[in-house]
Amino acid sequence: MTWLSPIGALGRAVLTFLASVGQVAIFAGRALSHVLRPPFYPREFLNALLTIGWLSLPVVGLTAIFTGGALALQIYAGGARFSAEAVVPQIVAIGMVRELGPVLVGLMIAARVTSSIAAEIATMKVTEQIDALVTLSTNPMKYLVAPRVLAALITVPLLVGIGDIIGIAGGFAVAVHSLDFNPATYLINTVNFLETRDVVSSLAKGAAFGLIAALMGCYYGMQSGRGAQGVGRATKGSVEAAAVLILAANFVLTGVFFSI
Amino acid sequence: MIVMENVQKAFGDHKVLRGVDLHIEKGTSMVIIGGSGTGKSVTLKCVLGLIQPDAGRILVDGKPAAAGDRDAFLARFGMLFQGAALFDSLPVWQNVAFRLLRGSLKRPQAEAREIAVEKLRRVGLKADVADKFPAELSGGMQKRVGLARAIAAEPEIIFFDEPTTGLDPIMAGVINDLIREIVVEMGATAMTITHDMSSVRAIADKVAMLHDGVIKWTGPVAGMDDSGDPYLDQFIHGRAEGPIEAVR
Ligand SMILES: Nc1ncnc2c1ncn2[C@@H]1O[C@H](COP(=O)(O)OP(=O)(O)O)[C@@H](O)[C@H]1O
Ligand SMILES: [Mg+2]
Repeated sequence: MTWLSPIGALGRAVLTFLASVGQVAIFAGRALSHVLRPPFYPREFLNALLTIGWLSLPVVGLTAIFTGGALALQIYAGGARFSAEAVVPQIVAIGMVRELGPVLVGLMIAARVTSSIAAEIATMKVTEQIDALVTLSTNPMKYLVAPRVLAALITVPLLVGIGDIIGIAGGFAVAVHSLDFNPATYLINTVNFLETRDVVSSLAKGAAFGLIAALMGCYYGMQSGRGAQGVGRATKGSVEAAAVLILAANFVLTGVFFSI
Repeated sequence: MIVMENVQKAFGDHKVLRGVDLHIEKGTSMVIIGGSGTGKSVTLKCVLGLIQPDAGRILVDGKPAAAGDRDAFLARFGMLFQGAALFDSLPVWQNVAFRLLRGSLKRPQAEAREIAVEKLRRVGLKADVADKFPAELSGGMQKRVGLARAIAAEPEIIFFDEPTTGLDPIMAGVINDLIREIVVEMGATAMTITHDMSSVRAIADKVAMLHDGVIKWTGPVAGMDDSGDPYLDQFIHGRAEGPIEAVR
């Protein structure tokens, strides 16, 4: 019997996993339905726009600029092995816009926004603030979850777009200053090379990742166990889940956009 | 009128409520006493629907609490949570006026603020507290803000979970008088949890003692001293010896 127990454990883990996938799906459906139905809480929404969007700009900008710069150096060095140094502008553009921009911004949002949403909502749960909301005739799904989900859905694509531009600018700066590229040619090559589909895929990924990041923060926060430990577990779980789901979604979306 | 019949609730295999029966007449003040961890807070949360009981019935004015329009149902209630449960992202006055700033009871901001300041005054807090954040207040002050929030929209039914815990004796007296006043003047139905026997005598029309997941004794506050119930006697005299084990 004992040699079977790992299989039993695996089976149980799979079942638990499937059950939680179902729960998350139901939660997501409810959250989105509350986004569409009144009452709306504009003040909460503006607040969420500010904290999720505006205040994430520094982190997004720094992540993108260093990544774009490093990318330019790598492509130059790699390209030099077969005398293809000139492709730096094109590959930086495509690498940033299609992959690194959305993925890195998504992961930074998971670190910054998902964790803070989860910790805040979990703390509200353990200190009975969620119960208090309910007794004050306010639905936590509408008051806490819907504004955050909507704000992330709107701002994260914008952040990704900004990240793409800053990343390309980082590559540009490195290429022009240390790799002797002509600035005008570099920009022309970048703009001419990018297709609409590249940009659309970038923004679509941003929207998907924003949705995942906010939903995971809210879901784990609302499911939090009791006490400080509960808050810690909720926060950790939310970031893990958001990061993994973002990377998985990136794989799927890349397939959807570019496998044709 | 609130009726609880055979209400049961377990968390995992920990049976907290094993069949609570309780009647609270309209316009009266019921006080629930009992050791800590006996399920008093859980009882209140069951009535409000914050916790789903595993078995039993809860009726408010003859209608099942769980059914019907939740918003309309909850609009009749005010609740002071044991830990105050203030929203720490909002200043004190917005906490107190929470109901008055949104939803069906919404009114102009200036008016809502005025009401909040007036309610704060009634729980013994000065107007300058209104613009502070909950984290800047002491535990006793937070409790009183929670009380002000519970009564802000003048609900018909008010639940107070340990309203005087953490307050000095003078403030406790003020709060006891306030709760009594709310019942007598506003005709509200109140259900209060407390460990403080002087509070019990000040607030209660009727008393119920929760022990081992059931109501061990219930009766008018005047009948408390000669009840002949060993559990109640031990509790009100605070004796370590008796049928209630000191280690739980
Ligand atoms: N949400 C919950 N999950 C698990 N256990 C709970 C929960 N709420 C209360 N309990 C348990 O129920 C028991 C009664 O709690 P409570 O009603 O808060 O006691 P008190 O009578 O002091 O108010 C305690 O043992 C507590 O640990
Ligand atoms: Mg309690």
